Amino acid sequence: MIWDNNFAVSVIPLLLEGLWVTIKITLLGTTLAAALGLFFAILRRLAIPVLSLVVSFFVVFVRGTPLLVQAYCAFFVLPAYGISFDAFTTGVVVIGVNYSAYMAEVYRSGIQGVPKGQWEAATALSLPSVRTWGRIILPQAVRTVVPMLGNYLIQMFKDSAVLSAITVVELMATAQAIGSSSFRYLEPLTLAALLFLAVSYPASRLVNRLERRYAPQH
Amino acid sequence: MRPSTEPQPLSAPVDLAPDPIIRFQNVSKNWGSNQVLKSLNFEVAPGEKVSIIGPSGSGKTTILRILMTLETPSEGLVKVDGDTLWDVSPGQKVRETKQMRETRRKIGMVFQQFNLFPHMTAMENIIEAPIHVLGMNKAEAKERAAELLNLVGLGKHMNHTPPQMSGGQQQRVAIARALAMRPKVLLFDEPTSALDPELIGEVLNVIRNLAHTTDMTMLMVTHEMRFAEEISDRVVMFDNGAAVESGPPAQIFKDPQQERTRTFLRAVLQH
Amino acid sequence: MSAVIDYAPLLWQGLLTTILVAVLSGALCLVVAFAAGLARLSSHRFISWPAGVFIEVFRGTSLLVQMFWLFFALPFFGIQLHPLTAAVLALGLNEGAYAAEVVRGAIASRAKGQTEACIALGMEPALRLRRIIIPQSIPAMLPPFGNVMVDLLKNTSLVSLVTVADLTFRAQMIRSSTGQTTAIFLTILVLYFVLSYLLTLLTSWLERRFALDRRALAAQRKDSKMMKVGAA
Repeated sequence: MIWDNNFAVSVIPLLLEGLWVTIKITLLGTTLAAALGLFFAILRRLAIPVLSLVVSFFVVFVRGTPLLVQAYCAFFVLPAYGISFDAFTTGVVVIGVNYSAYMAEVYRSGIQGVPKGQWEAATALSLPSVRTWGRIILPQAVRTVVPMLGNYLIQMFKDSAVLSAITVVELMATAQAIGSSSFRYLEPLTLAALLFLAVSYPASRLVNRLERRYAPQH
Repeated sequence: MRPSTEPQPLSAPVDLAPDPIIRFQNVSKNWGSNQVLKSLNFEVAPGEKVSIIGPSGSGKTTILRILMTLETPSEGLVKVDGDTLWDVSPGQKVRETKQMRETRRKIGMVFQQFNLFPHMTAMENIIEAPIHVLGMNKAEAKERAAELLNLVGLGKHMNHTPPQMSGGQQQRVAIARALAMRPKVLLFDEPTSALDPELIGEVLNVIRNLAHTTDMTMLMVTHEMRFAEEISDRVVMFDNGAAVESGPPAQIFKDPQQERTRTFLRAVLQH
Repeated sequence: MSAVIDYAPLLWQGLLTTILVAVLSGALCLVVAFAAGLARLSSHRFISWPAGVFIEVFRGTSLLVQMFWLFFALPFFGIQLHPLTAAVLALGLNEGAYAAEVVRGAIASRAKGQTEACIALGMEPALRLRRIIIPQSIPAMLPPFGNVMVDLLKNTSLVSLVTVADLTFRAQMIRSSTGQTTAIFLTILVLYFVLSYLLTLLTSWLERRFALDRRALAAQRKDSKMMKVGAA
C-alpha cells in the first residue's frame, strides 16, 4: 500500500507542533516587518540626504535577493563577527527584515495616497510634524495598508518553510525530519502541504473580504 | 425600394405586405422584479428605417441588445429574416445555439461607446471580422475596407489607432466596421450620445447617407429627435417596457396621439 | 576574497545552472499561467473548477513543500524525477499558479464593450480571445508578470535544497570547504541582485514595446513617411 494511514495518524501531533512554530515565526516576523517597514518608509519620505538613499538601496537590494541566501548570510556570516542568536530568533529576524522591504513599499504607496491637501491643511494649522504624521497622515494611510499586511502575513507563513534550511524546526523541517528518520516521505510531506493549505486558504479568503471592505472610497 | 409609409388598408390581402425582417412576439425581459420589456410585440419590414425614442430606462436599448444576443429575453419569440433567434419559455435556461450564431450574422451593431479595438488601426479594425469570420482573403478585405473608410470620409485615417482619433472619427470607423460584415439589419444604440456636441454632425451625416442610399434595414435608438424625424420611415415611442405609440415621423412629432408621447416630446424638445 | 577568485569557475557554472533553471521554469510558468488562467474563466464548470483547485493548492502551500514532495514523495508512486526536473516542475507550477491569477484578472477586467463588439461581428469565443482580448490584456499583465519572474528567479535558490548545483548550492560547497563565508555569500547576493535587476529592465522594456500608444505612434510615423513620399 502506498499510503500508510496508521503512520500518517501517528505523525500528526509532531507536525502540529511544527505548525505552531511556523505560526509563531509568522506572527513575530510580521510584527517586526510592519514596524521596521514603517520606519523605513518614514526615513525615505523625510529625505535626509545620505540616510534616505541608503535606506532606499537597502530596500531594493533586499527585494532583489533570495530569502534563502539572506538566511544563510545571517546564519553563517554574522556569527563570524560575534553576533549569534539561536536558529529561531535568526529566522524571525531574517524573514522580518526581508518582508520589511516589501512593507516599506506598501506604506510608501499608502502615504502617497493621502491627498496633498491633508499635508497643506496640517501646515496651515501649524501642526507639529509628529502630530501631522501620527494623527493625520498615518491613520489615513493605514486604510490601504491593512489588507496588504494580511496578504504579506499569508505569504510569510508559506515562505517561512525556507527557514528549515537554517535548522529552524518548523512545519517543513519537522516533515523532513520524520521523512528521513522513517524513510517514508509521502505521508509527512503530504500532511505538511495540507496543513499549509488548511491555514492559508481560509486566511486568504478572509483577507479578500477585508480588502473589499477597506477599498479606498475615493 | 422603400416601403410605403402610408398605413395599410385593413382590407389589403395579407400576402402583399412584406414579411417582417424582425419580429418580436410576446417578448419580456425581467431584471429581478423589474420588468424592462413587457410582452412586447413589434415588427420591422425589410428595408425599413425605424427610430426608437423614449425616456431612459424605457427598455429601448434592451430591444437592440436582445437582437444582438447580448441579452437573453426572459420569455418570448424573436425571428430575424425568417429564422428563429430566440424562442424562450418562462424559466427556461437558454444556451447559445448554432442557429442563433448563424442568425445573428445578419445583424450588425454600432455601439454608444464605439467599442473599437484599441490595439488595432482603423484598417485592422475593419478587416478583422471579414477575414477571420467570413474567411475573406486579406487583399479583398483591405480593398473593401478602404472603400468603406472613404464612404465614411476617413480614407486618410486608415493607419490611425482609436486613441489617435476623435470620438466622431471613431464612431465613423465603427460604422464602417459594422458595414464590412454586410449585415441585412444594422442596429444603432444611441450612436451620438457619447460624443462632444460639435462632433455629432459628422456621424449623423454618415448615418443619413446610409439611410438614403441603401436598402439595409436600420433600427436606431436615439435622442436626436430632429434627425429621427428626418431619416425614419417610422418612429416608435417607448415607455416603461412597452411601445406606447408607433407611426410615421410626421404623425409622432407633429400630432402625437398619446398623452405620454406629448409630455415626453415637450420635455425633450424644449431646449 | 581569495576563495571567490579561486572558485570563480565553480560559481560561474552555478550561475549558468541558475539561469537554466530560471529560463526553463519561466517558460513552464507562462504556459501554466495562460492554460490555468483561461481555464479559470471558462463558463464550463468542469474546466474552470479543476483550474481553480490547481491555483488554490499551488498558491496555498509552500513552494519548498511542493518541491520536496515532487522530489521525495513522488518516488513512492514509482515516479523518480531527476532533481532538475522536479525543481523546474515545482517552480513552474507554483509561480504559474500566481501568474494564472494575473492572466485571469487582466482578462476579466477587459471592458465588456470589447466582447460585445466581437459578438456583434460574429466572432466566436476562441477567436475573440486570440485576436482581441488577449492582445489587449498583455500591457496590463506585464508589470505583475515581471514581479512573478523576479520571484521565480529568487526562488531558484531553493533548488539547491534538492541537490541541483545552482549558484546557492555552489556557494554552500565552497563555504564548507574553505570556511570563507562572508566573501562567498556577498558575491552571490550581488549576482542575484544583478540578475533580478536585469529582469526588471527587461520587463520595463517589454512594457514600452507593447504599450498601446506606442503602436499608435509607430503607425503615425508610417503615415508621415508616406505623406512625404507622396509629396516628393
